[in-house]
Amino acid sequence: MKFLQNIIHSIKPHFEKGGRFEKLYPAFEALETFLFVPGETTAHGVHIRDAMDLKRTMMTVIIALVPTMLFGMWNVGYQHYLAYGMEATLMENFMFGFWKVLPIIVVSYAAGLGVEFIFSVLRGHPVSEGYLVTGLLIPLTLPVTCPLWMVALAAIFCTLLGKEIFGGTGMNFMNPALLARAFLFFAFPAYMSGDIWTDLSPEAGHAIVDGFSGATNLVTFDVNFHNLPSVGDMFWGFEQGSIGETSAAACLIGALILIITGVGSWQIIVASVLGVLGMGLVLQGLAPADMPNHAMHTPAYYHLLMGGFAFGAVFMATDPVSAAQTERGKWIYGVLIGAFTVILRVYNPAYPEAVMLSILLMNVFAPLIDHMVVEQHIKKRLKRA
Amino acid sequence: MGKQISIRRGFNIKLKGTAEKVTTEVPTSEIIAIKPTDFPAITPKLLVGPGDEVLAGQALFYDKDRPNLRFPSPVSGEVAEVVRGAKRRIMEIRILADRKDTRYKEFSKADPAKLDRAKVIEQLLDSGCWHYIRQRPFSTIADSVEVPKAIFVSCFDSAPLAPDMAYTVGQDKDNFQAGLHVLEVLANGNLQLGISADGGLGASDMGGIAADRIHSFKGPHPAGNVGIQIHHVDPIKAGEQVWFVHPQDVVIIGRLFREGRYRADRIVALTGSCVSQPQYFHAVTGQKMDSIVGGRLNSEHSRIIQGNVLTGTTSSSDDFLSFYTNQITVIPEGDQPEFLGWLLPGFKKLSLSRTFFSWLTPNRVYNLDTNTHGEERAFVMTGQYDKVLPMNIMPVMLLKAILARDVERMEQLGIYEVAEEDFALCEFVCTSKIDVQKIIAEGLAYMQTEG
Repeated sequence: MKFLQNIIHSIKPHFEKGGRFEKLYPAFEALETFLFVPGETTAHGVHIRDAMDLKRTMMTVIIALVPTMLFGMWNVGYQHYLAYGMEATLMENFMFGFWKVLPIIVVSYAAGLGVEFIFSVLRGHPVSEGYLVTGLLIPLTLPVTCPLWMVALAAIFCTLLGKEIFGGTGMNFMNPALLARAFLFFAFPAYMSGDIWTDLSPEAGHAIVDGFSGATNLVTFDVNFHNLPSVGDMFWGFEQGSIGETSAAACLIGALILIITGVGSWQIIVASVLGVLGMGLVLQGLAPADMPNHAMHTPAYYHLLMGGFAFGAVFMATDPVSAAQTERGKWIYGVLIGAFTVILRVYNPAYPEAVMLSILLMNVFAPLIDHMVVEQHIKKRLKRA
Repeated sequence: MGKQISIRRGFNIKLKGTAEKVTTEVPTSEIIAIKPTDFPAITPKLLVGPGDEVLAGQALFYDKDRPNLRFPSPVSGEVAEVVRGAKRRIMEIRILADRKDTRYKEFSKADPAKLDRAKVIEQLLDSGCWHYIRQRPFSTIADSVEVPKAIFVSCFDSAPLAPDMAYTVGQDKDNFQAGLHVLEVLANGNLQLGISADGGLGASDMGGIAADRIHSFKGPHPAGNVGIQIHHVDPIKAGEQVWFVHPQDVVIIGRLFREGRYRADRIVALTGSCVSQPQYFHAVTGQKMDSIVGGRLNSEHSRIIQGNVLTGTTSSSDDFLSFYTNQITVIPEGDQPEFLGWLLPGFKKLSLSRTFFSWLTPNRVYNLDTNTHGEERAFVMTGQYDKVLPMNIMPVMLLKAILARDVERMEQLGIYEVAEEDFALCEFVCTSKIDVQKIIAEGLAYMQTEG
């Protein structure tokens, strides 16, 4: 490590003020602090600091995302071989998915971090760690068939318009990764809906099995929810969908990691689950008795397992920057996300990915929720006086 | 019995180097110095010059805006030098201390129970002891023409490695109790005391202060902060003032009335992982730091702090013991880069979050250094500050109001109830490494000028 440190030490002067690459200092600094936690010491105020920093925080989220990523890779292979009616081992499934998903992840990081670095050099602010998570979230919300140029475009779009124009990580009011997903959803609907969820690259000597349907649960459910896969399959994630969203079980592991480490807000996760269950029960109660196949009859807990809800509630809604920031506000924010998800799914078949839209909607409303909570707080304080 | 308050939000930082209950006498150093910069928001005007003979208790300088606010010499001797900084600001007044017997300026002895409030104020001002009485809001020296709603004394310190007040004050209990009675007169009877439910000074040590004004606090730091105690016992409303005094300063006030002289020696705890044998010292205010820390440290590469690790100020062995210092902490400097430090499991790193595996060993005692463990970022994480601030205040909202210089909002969100020290733990836990105490200080200063 001494060796690395020496190299950094020897090239550092070129990047500092007056050096040849003075302008590239933020980029250099990002690399340096990535390798070494700097030997910076406290200057005023407290003399000791908690060991956690933003890098550690983001790293924890990435670790929490790993189960969904690994499962997603496996499922890509599994769905592929299933469509062709081929027997495949666990490893074959995984490796197929791995080689399909890896390029998407690489492109997402390269494009997004590229924008971050360019911006930090232009604006002279340090490279923030936010994109470490965004860069992995984007691929996991996409179908595996998504062309790579679209991935790059989405990454650039969300970093630029979702974050940097507001001043970078911490200043954005919408979740950048969701914004990327929404951008693709509205800009390229042909690539984001229909029979796109399974990689159907040809297999020599095999044809797609009869009766293969490329429809996801959320489409099936609007026609006749009785045709949904079994609860077990939905929970474990043996179904079609975006790369990382299918397995509620993997999301649950991620949720536990986030909650135990204290990085993700358990209030938001619990509140959105309650919101889904509550609204699901209400709709079930109001469901028309003469239409037994109507989506309103769907058992409330199905909504937790279908589509991207688990993924969205655990990894997207809990983004501390775009969520409500007050403790009471988090409950309101979460419940509304859950409730809107169910309403959108049931009543608006044109937008099956309801959780994405309801989180973005609540991102916009989060400051208003916080404002009301703060006003309440002030009123209470005044009453005490 | 007064209120029994249980505080849940907060955190005890367990550090190595608690002081052993042994007290060593430190001989008065050759030069002692008074630093006007110890006192917030005053403009010093000198009353003595180099070559003047002074007695212990004789005023050295006064505040330009409040001429009756005078600051005394803790020792007798000859003024050696006035050290000035940038713009001729007075930094230190150095005194060649008498080697043998300290000569004291005589003040009248009195039984505090028989004094009236005006008389007490007069004696405190005359002797220069008034600066021990500080006020909330703003944590500045109290104004003697005001009448406070109450005077608070927090009789325990919950900060990391804090001195045990049952031990320090216990060595001078009579003067402590006399001091409490003086404050009771000064507060028109409304003297409120905070004690710890987990031991230390108890209700029986208070020399007959009415039991219903002694409140017991249970819970982690900052339970011992006087601001937290005021907030839970009798919160400050708009336009009100509460005064507070530190217990060791109560002792000095007690001596003034019982002995008729200003005797500013106190018990200072020398703590921290860089101290070979952490223990207590009996020293005079203004003492050279070297006389206390010299030869007692086990590491060259360390930071000497006057006060605790959360709120203290960086010092050095060439510095002098500040006026309000009751504790010296010495911890290692952490200026070494760490390879991929943000990725390692971190069994030896302290964090309130459970992102480091050290959370599995909650009773570990840490040897922390001054490393920031990361760089400053914008606010990202939420709810962190709330976990360590046991007040009905929304910390991040208040900080944002301060950054926006929004006077009305700051008032609504409770700026008058807070001081920097109450937010020290918020600063400690901050993932974005924001200088929370500095922002609070700016907010308080802004309110003083604009509000």
